[in-house]
Amino acid sequence: MAEFRMPSLGADMDYGTLVEWTVKPGDHIRRGDIIAFVDTDKGLIEIEVWEDGMVESLVAAPGQKLAVGAVMAMIAAGGGAPAPAEALPKPAPIPSPKPSPVPSTPSEKARPQSRMEAPLPTTAAATTLGRAASPLARRRAAELGVELAAVRPGEGGIIRVADVERAAASRAEAAPAVEAPKAAPSVQAPPREPTTAEQRTAAMRRVIAAAMARSKREIPHYYLEHHIDVGPAVSWLTDENRKRPVTERMLLSAVLLKAVALAVHEVPEMNGYFVDGAFRPIERVHVGVAIALRQGGLVAPALHDVDRKPLVEVMKEMLDLTKRVRGGAIRSSEIADATITVTSLGDQGVESVFGVIYPPQVALVGFGKIIERAWAVDGMVGVRPVVSSSLAADHRASDGHRGGRFLAAIDRLLQRPEKL
Amino acid sequence: MSPKPTPQEVREIVLRVLHTIAPEIDVASIDPSVDWRDQLDLDSVDLLNFLVGVHDALGVDIPEEDYPKLSSLDRCVDYVSARMQD
Repeated sequence: MAEFRMPSLGADMDYGTLVEWTVKPGDHIRRGDIIAFVDTDKGLIEIEVWEDGMVESLVAAPGQKLAVGAVMAMIAAGGGAPAPAEALPKPAPIPSPKPSPVPSTPSEKARPQSRMEAPLPTTAAATTLGRAASPLARRRAAELGVELAAVRPGEGGIIRVADVERAAASRAEAAPAVEAPKAAPSVQAPPREPTTAEQRTAAMRRVIAAAMARSKREIPHYYLEHHIDVGPAVSWLTDENRKRPVTERMLLSAVLLKAVALAVHEVPEMNGYFVDGAFRPIERVHVGVAIALRQGGLVAPALHDVDRKPLVEVMKEMLDLTKRVRGGAIRSSEIADATITVTSLGDQGVESVFGVIYPPQVALVGFGKIIERAWAVDGMVGVRPVVSSSLAADHRASDGHRGGRFLAAIDRLLQRPEKL
Repeated sequence: MSPKPTPQEVREIVLRVLHTIAPEIDVASIDPSVDWRDQLDLDSVDLLNFLVGVHDALGVDIPEEDYPKLSSLDRCVDYVSARMQD
């Protein structure tokens, strides 16, 4: 039996508030399953487990604020048959430490570690939960102390914020509905103080401020800029997209991400963490994608193993990630482990962006918008679509010479988009 | 085959798709005749997500060169409704 603890969700996060469990004691869980929603200053985060097993007991209660490392649940290792007596939903809110853990099956550790082995569900709501609810609706329900089970879903059978608020309002009017306590929830949700959107934005602003101030205080940044002719990439994309249904179409931003991830192979000093006074390069390339939120604020969750995935896959994951982030939920694995970050401000219409490195990372690549420029090729001036690429990098991990090679590698990779 | 949705039904579906992309937007406040990219601060990723959502909901595949024809709510509803008559 193992203690499942509040995961660290980035160097700048110390606490999270449990919003909801999506599992109950006795449930079998698999690596990659989402077992809880936790609210943080970075937004609502879906907490994943990394071992197969069975939920023994839920220690933390919805509404509870938990420090990173606090025990949230007890999980029996292995996906085998439920241990007889312990799995029974007897009313035991706090588990007494039991001396005899269920022996884990030996095959457990032999499982492939690659994330790609177990495809993650695209929507947690649809697969792990009885009730489909938007992340924002879950958060609102926790704030108002409304049980999702008591909410009547709206169109499409999905619970939205409005449905939760309607349920809360009708509950206030009617006599308090007697909710028969179901087997699992021995932990009752204490209604939280409702948080306004402004407070949430302010909290996120403080998180960004802390991370960026630390970055500017500790990281000796250097900056480089290089203009890249994206003519070949743009025309290749136009041709490709004409052949593809809308579900397979690609944007230049995905092409840029892939080029950055592959360029890391040539200049590995850009990928990794500076911790405890030393740079630690990392082999896998998890590209943080800076995503602005319309209500204010910014998050940069990671797309995993971008260097190893086909472009179409990168594009799909980027669409899904953006949708989930703007819809209000990110997964715990995405929030903490980017090894390099890319920010694209071209949609906002700026020519170039020089970023602030997100610690403990050591590099950030910025792309501006596509601009048609007079551009000389082979002694002839023509009009070409050109994008500014910039690099903000950590002088403790690399120097301008290597940084220059990095941007040059991105440029070279973008001249052969079909190879990406 | 199910009957063709009316323009009003198309409008509702389009707004539902938009809600999944941008849940914080109050759909009642949208000016249906104004470019929604600017109005709603949608970027190219949002727009592609929106088009994929429309495709999944209504089965309409929109070629890239037609994207400018979907620049506002009204234009989008007109375009999708017309495509569904085919």
